Amino acid sequence: MKTSRLGPWLIILLGAIYFIVPLIATFEFSLRKRRGEYSFDAYRWVFADNRFIESFSYSTFVALVTILVGVVLVVPAAYAVRVRMPRLRPVVEFVTLLPLVIPPIIIVFGYLRLYNSSSWLPMTSSPRATDLLLVFAYATLALPYMYRAVDTGMRSIDARTLTEAAQSLGAGWLTIMLRVILPNVRVALLSGAFLTFAIVIGEFTMASLLDRPAFGPYMQNIGANRAYEPSALAIIAFVVTWACMGLIQLLGRGRRQSVAAA
Amino acid sequence: MGFLDLEGVRKVYGANTVVRNFNLSIQRGEFISFLGPSGCGKTTTLRMIAGFEIPSAGTIRIDGRDVTELKPNQRNVGMVFQSYALFPNLTVAENVAFGLKVARRPKDEIARRVAEMLAIVKLPELGDRYPYQLSGGQQQRVALARALAVKPTVLLLDEPLSALDAKIRISLREEIRSLQRELDITTVYVTHDQEEALSMSDRIVVMSDGRVEQIGTPFEVYNYPATRFVASFVGTLNILDARIVDPASGRVVIDGQEVIAGRGVNGAGVGEVRPMALRPEAITLDGGNGDRNRMQGTIEEVAFLGAVVRIRVRFGENAVLLDTFNNPGVAPPPRGSRAEVSFGRDDLLLLQDSAAD
Repeated sequence: MKTSRLGPWLIILLGAIYFIVPLIATFEFSLRKRRGEYSFDAYRWVFADNRFIESFSYSTFVALVTILVGVVLVVPAAYAVRVRMPRLRPVVEFVTLLPLVIPPIIIVFGYLRLYNSSSWLPMTSSPRATDLLLVFAYATLALPYMYRAVDTGMRSIDARTLTEAAQSLGAGWLTIMLRVILPNVRVALLSGAFLTFAIVIGEFTMASLLDRPAFGPYMQNIGANRAYEPSALAIIAFVVTWACMGLIQLLGRGRRQSVAAA
Repeated sequence: MGFLDLEGVRKVYGANTVVRNFNLSIQRGEFISFLGPSGCGKTTTLRMIAGFEIPSAGTIRIDGRDVTELKPNQRNVGMVFQSYALFPNLTVAENVAFGLKVARRPKDEIARRVAEMLAIVKLPELGDRYPYQLSGGQQQRVALARALAVKPTVLLLDEPLSALDAKIRISLREEIRSLQRELDITTVYVTHDQEEALSMSDRIVVMSDGRVEQIGTPFEVYNYPATRFVASFVGTLNILDARIVDPASGRVVIDGQEVIAGRGVNGAGVGEVRPMALRPEAITLDGGNGDRNRMQGTIEEVAFLGAVVRIRVRFGENAVLLDTFNNPGVAPPPRGSRAEVSFGRDDLLLLQDSAAD
């Protein structure tokens, strides 16, 4: 190794230690539930806990609905901005960045004030309506990631020219969306979807303050009352998130290789 | 009335007029090129014919039908883009079939037509490939096949060869032209490459700053440029400042030497100094014979270009470039020597400054 390359490698090594050591420590701690030997007892306890299955299933369902809402909301918006109204781009980019600037606790207090049981739209008066409110809240939270993923996809395929090519061949808007735009931003859409999934699975503030049985509040509850299980849960949450990221990489790779081949 | 008519077409974006009072009548089966530099309005005009832009004023008619306000998908106009615009998620065959599927043609008809079109563009074996597996030239052939598969009334090509290398560009332009003749399809071709326009077109529309400078056959546009812009944009041209002596007989004086413009200098007043055009290939380095114009000057520069020797002769304020073929038996004249050049009376042309709006 040349001396000039030592510095960068040292920085990479320090970064890796900074991220990996706590993970290894957490994993090691999660295996120490049984005295004197390593075991997966904490994991067994977590998987045997009904609240884990229920909260994880609930969050998974909410995440899937959030992705659906995000797709329906973001794809036409990103398409319209790119093809029809490019002048609106700065405004839309600003709006989609707001959820990164405004803390979730502010957003959820706003919701509670606007949609409480005595308001004109009492969305917190029933569990189902509150679920819907949570979905919209998560769609807002995931907006920066979903919009950017889809917008990047649109840019990479030159959506405007493809639209014009399809129009000159007689296609209407619905055909263009379903047969030209959506199939070609599929990978970008999946990226946005997995990022949304990862955000929703671990989110605590909104679910807790809206009093929904999601995975985030469950993790917090276990963390406050158990010793080894929270570490097992943290590792499980990491694995789920990494699996999502891995899928993005896997699905994105085919496309990149295609482009490279061209 | 032609097959494709543009009458008084204008396009304005805010305070910026990009196409001014565009009038053109294109006959069925004709190949027309819009030629001009970037930003001259040629692509905007093409996009108005396609329906991607709506004119601010004027009318566009295709086969007698007013299409000015029609959506692009209602015009049956085929379009080929500079960036090919093939659908990346579809195979070559699916790309070619796209328009036919949209039109809900029967499956067997679609298969037959796709095979026919791929054979026409000489890619019959590549139907199962994806666009990224093709070269630029192949992609543009597929784009052409896709545009023609739906049997459009008019074919529009927006600088289709600009992204290709020189060798493929030349072979593909010959193919496009022969295909256009074979199918007898009315075609509008946008380019900034004068060689492309001259070699392919039945007529050329030279544009500058949103206005039509000249409409004519390649022969007319090259040999008889109407304006100073056309003269400078199409080919190499000598522009000389001439003082008008007698408009009726075409007598003019250039740097104190009287010559005659055989085509007249109508519209110019006695004593006016006006620009006149003279092609390098019309000038010979000798006294000539008969009633040719003759001028004396000094050889200022000699550039040996291989087969051709380019010589600049200065008369005074004005100078001309002339091309002579290399003759191994005769050395080029030395710089600074006196020389007599001659040119035909009809080769000296009066230029207008620019076309009116």
